[in-house]
This record gives sequence, structure tokens and C-alpha cells, in this order.
Amino acid sequence: MIKIEVNMDACQHYGQCVFEAPNLFALNADDKLEYHAEADESERDNVESAVDVCPMQAIRIVE
Amino acid sequence: MSAGRPVLIVGGSMGGLRTAEALRRSGYTGPVTVIGAELHAPYNRPPLSKDVLSAGVTHEAVAFPARAATADVEWILGSQAVTADLDNRSVSTDDGREYPWSALVIATGLRARRLPFPPIAGRHTVRTLDDAMALRQELSPGTRVVVVGSGFIGCEVGATARKLGCEVTIVSPSAEPMVRPLGGMLAAELRRRHERHGVEFRLGRSVSELLGDSRFEGVLLDNGETVEGDVLVEAIGSECNTGWLADASLDLEDGVLADTALRAVPRNGTARDDVYVVGDIARFPNLMFDEVPRRVEHWNIPTDTGKRAGAVLGAWLANDGSFADIAAKEFAPMPAFWSNQFDVSLQAYGLPGLAGDEDIRILRGELCGDVAVGYYRERRLVGVVGLGFKTELLPFRQEIAG
Ligand SMILES: Cc1cc2nc3c(=O)[nH]c(=O)nc-3n(C[C@H](O)[C@H](O)[C@H](O)COP(=O)(O)OP(=O)(O)OC[C@H]3O[C@@H](n4cnc5c(N)ncnc54)[C@H](O)[C@@H]3O)c2cc1C
Ligand code: SF4
Repeated sequence: MIKIEVNMDACQHYGQCVFEAPNLFALNADDKLEYHAEADESERDNVESAVDVCPMQAIRIVE
Repeated sequence: MSAGRPVLIVGGSMGGLRTAEALRRSGYTGPVTVIGAELHAPYNRPPLSKDVLSAGVTHEAVAFPARAATADVEWILGSQAVTADLDNRSVSTDDGREYPWSALVIATGLRARRLPFPPIAGRHTVRTLDDAMALRQELSPGTRVVVVGSGFIGCEVGATARKLGCEVTIVSPSAEPMVRPLGGMLAAELRRRHERHGVEFRLGRSVSELLGDSRFEGVLLDNGETVEGDVLVEAIGSECNTGWLADASLDLEDGVLADTALRAVPRNGTARDDVYVVGDIARFPNLMFDEVPRRVEHWNIPTDTGKRAGAVLGAWLANDGSFADIAAKEFAPMPAFWSNQFDVSLQAYGLPGLAGDEDIRILRGELCGDVAVGYYRERRLVGVVGLGFKTELLPFRQEIAG
């Protein structure tokens, strides 16, 4: 299991993470970010990509 | 032969880091060495002109997370490459050491260009963490800051200094701030928003002289006007860190020429499977737009090119027959850019700079509020810039990708 944390104070709802890990990140009807706090190990590459592309560096994998 | 030699990455910033990570992701388990001129482990530069400059500049606030997969990468920090010998596959550093390699990754990025005046106290640039730390110490309420250059970094630093209570004047030879990447319409609107927050502009002007003997006291402009100040920020663009490659056979016209697999393309035209170029210094064709190789100084590019170079290089090192297919894969990364200046959050996709002023039009919203502006080339959307809008831009992003 991978634990994901998004600093919602920093997140500016750019939605870049959604492109990298669409199974885990989504923008809701109000354009706000919603995400799964836990993901299967098989999603690690995608989660790391989401971490990489977030302009606010708001996403963290809790090891 | 090169067996046992490490992959050598020169440049210890985002581009170098992402390449090392991608190389490990590709399955390569051999040695990787990174040589970086800065003493700091890789960190994120954009906050250095924005929130971190106002809040407090520390490495912790901007460091990229270290990953387990790259724990065994050797980092040689505070060391600068001075020459590269591509025939013998070796790089030498300023401390007299030689680094043989099996493959070389060029990730040395850019440095800030300086005004051609003698060094005096109070002159600053913002490229590195140390630059930002030094500048931060000089900014307090009432400090008079003269920014030379009205690109993104100049305007961001100006806005941040203003927020900190400084008096800010931006001097630039351009007609409007950020006009080259954004075009006249949006540039003029951003100037108005800056002016509303009390930033002063001297546009169409250049600096003839710096005032002050041992410490900066102001600038003399080409029209004879004097702008007094306590601190000078030079934000007049950047130069490529290619000096250490001067002896090599590479095409150093503007950065280092590479193909769509990020392999360096020497002047003889034949791409080298053992030399790669990533990040701000890479001049590569992006087939989303055309076949013209360009350097793109956007934050997503070190990551996208690093991932690509790491994957291709990993396949070459694996020598398992996968190389040709992986190198031939399409590579057309979407350029993405953002900026925060006062209450404006700007987000851009594509290459708006490709459009002429007559091919720019408002797609949604109003110029004085939240707005999305489209940039066209031969009637095709090649860029979109939003002020305020974010998710509203995503359909246009899709259209640019084609
Ligand atoms: C203040 C600032 C704000 C920015 N804001 C934004 C933004 O809002 N949005 C955006 O899209 N982009 C922004 N950018 C651009 C973005 O940060 C760059 O695109 C990115 O840093 C490029 O990474 P890089 O790894 O290619 O190069 P660099 O980060 O330049 O790293 C190159 C590294 O190589 C080292 N080096 C150089 N020469 C040698 C040598 N001979 N030997 C060894 N090491 C060497 C350097 O010291 C440096 O550490 C900003 C940049 C700055 C400076
Ligand atoms: S990329 Fe970052 S800022 Fe954007 S929505 Fe995802 S977490 Fe938020």
C-alpha cells in the first residue's frame, strides 16, 4: 500500500496530477481536487509522476 | 570498453534528478554518479521568486523528496565539470578529478545573465537558492528595489518585493512586461495589474550606468533619468552552461542540440547513443508543434525530458534489443507554465510565443477579470494562457495536443 497526502492549503487545483494518476486524483464538479489517500503498490510509478508534475509540490508519498 | 563505468550525470538539479530516477525505473542497476556545482541537493526553483522568497528561504522548503530507488546514486556536490572528452568518455572537474563514464547526461541548465557593470554590493540575481537567500536578507518594508528585466522572474520578484512592503521599479527595454511569451494584449493587462499594486515601470528603457561606488545607489537610464534604489535585481535572462563542453564536437548553437530521444546530435549530424541532454539546456524538436529544435525553459521540461532520456538510455545500456523501438517512440511533451504575481495566478499550456499579435484572441472571460487567451499559428491553437482560470483551460490544452 502507498499512502498519499496532499497539502490542501498548498494545492491550487491545477489538475496536473489527474493526468498522471487518473485512478487516484480527480477534480470534482466544483473544480476542487479529490483523491484517494491509499493506493495499490502497482500505482507507484503513477503516483510518483503525480508528485513530480504538481506545480505546488503539494503531493507527498508517506513512506 | 566502458563496462563497470558509471552513467555520469552533470548538473545536480531537477533535470539530473529526474534522469537518474528514470534510469532506475528502466531497470538499470549499475552505477550512477551525479556531479553538481551547487552544494544543495536538488530543489525546486520556482518558489524562489514567489512564496518562498516572501516567507523565508530554506532548502527544506524547496527540496525535492529523495526516493528509495535512487538511494545508491552517488552525488558529488560542490564540484564543477570543466572539460568533457567524448572520444575517451571522460569528464574532468575543477578539483582536478577525472570521471570516466559509460554514458553522459548533460543537465547543466542555465545561469543568470548579468549587466556589464563592475561588481558592487547590492547587486542580485535569482537563479539559485543561495541567490534567493542573499536577496531576501536585503528586502524589508521601505527598501527601494530596482528590477532590471520584465520577464517572468523580474515581474515575480517585483511583485513579491512589493508584497513585502518594498518600493519597486521595473526597468526594461521591452514595450510591455512578459510580452515575448504572452503577446501584447495580456502583457499590457498584467502591467496594469502590477501598477494597481504600486509597481512602477520604466519601459522601453535600458540602463546606461549603475550609481554608487561600493554599494548600489541607483541606475542611470538611457534617457538621462535616474532611478534611485537600495537593491538591484538583474533579471535580464539567462545563458546556457555549456562552457565545459567547449572542446566537444557537439552543436552548442543555443544550448545543446538533441533529437526526440534526447540523444545529443553533434555537428556531424549523427546522434550519439551514449550522450543525452535534458532540461533547460536541451534544444530538441517537439513534434506537437513542428520539427524545429527549441529550448523550452518551463518547469515541466526537466521532468519530461529526464524521464524520456532515462528510459532511452536505460534501454541502450540493457542491450536487450529494445533500444531502437524505445528511441523511436513519439515524444511530444506538453509545455506547461504557471506564475503567481500578486493575486494573479497565471497558467499556460503550449507555446504561446509562436503566435503573432494578430493571432491572439480571448477564448473565455474578460481581460480585466478571469480570462483565457488563445494563441494561434496558421489557424491552429498552439498556446493558451489563463489568468484565474485553471480547469477551464483543460479543453484547450486538449486541443493544443491535437
Ligand atoms: C527564480 C525562478 C523561478 C522560476 N519559475 C518558474 C515558473 O513559475 N514556472 C516554470 O514553468 N518555470 C519556472 N522556472 C524555470 C525552472 O525552474 C527551470 O526550467 C528548471 O529549474 C530547469 O531545471 P534544469 O535541471 O534543466 O536546470 P537547472 O535548474 O538550471 O540546473 C542545472 C544545475 O547544473 C549545475 N551546473 C551548471 N554547470 C555545471 C558544471 N559545469 N558542472 C556541474 N554542475 C553544473 C548548476 O549549478 C545547477 O544546479 C523558474 C526558474 C527560476 C530560476
Ligand atoms: S497537481 Fe498539485 S496543485 Fe494541482 S490539483 Fe494536483 S495536487 Fe493540487
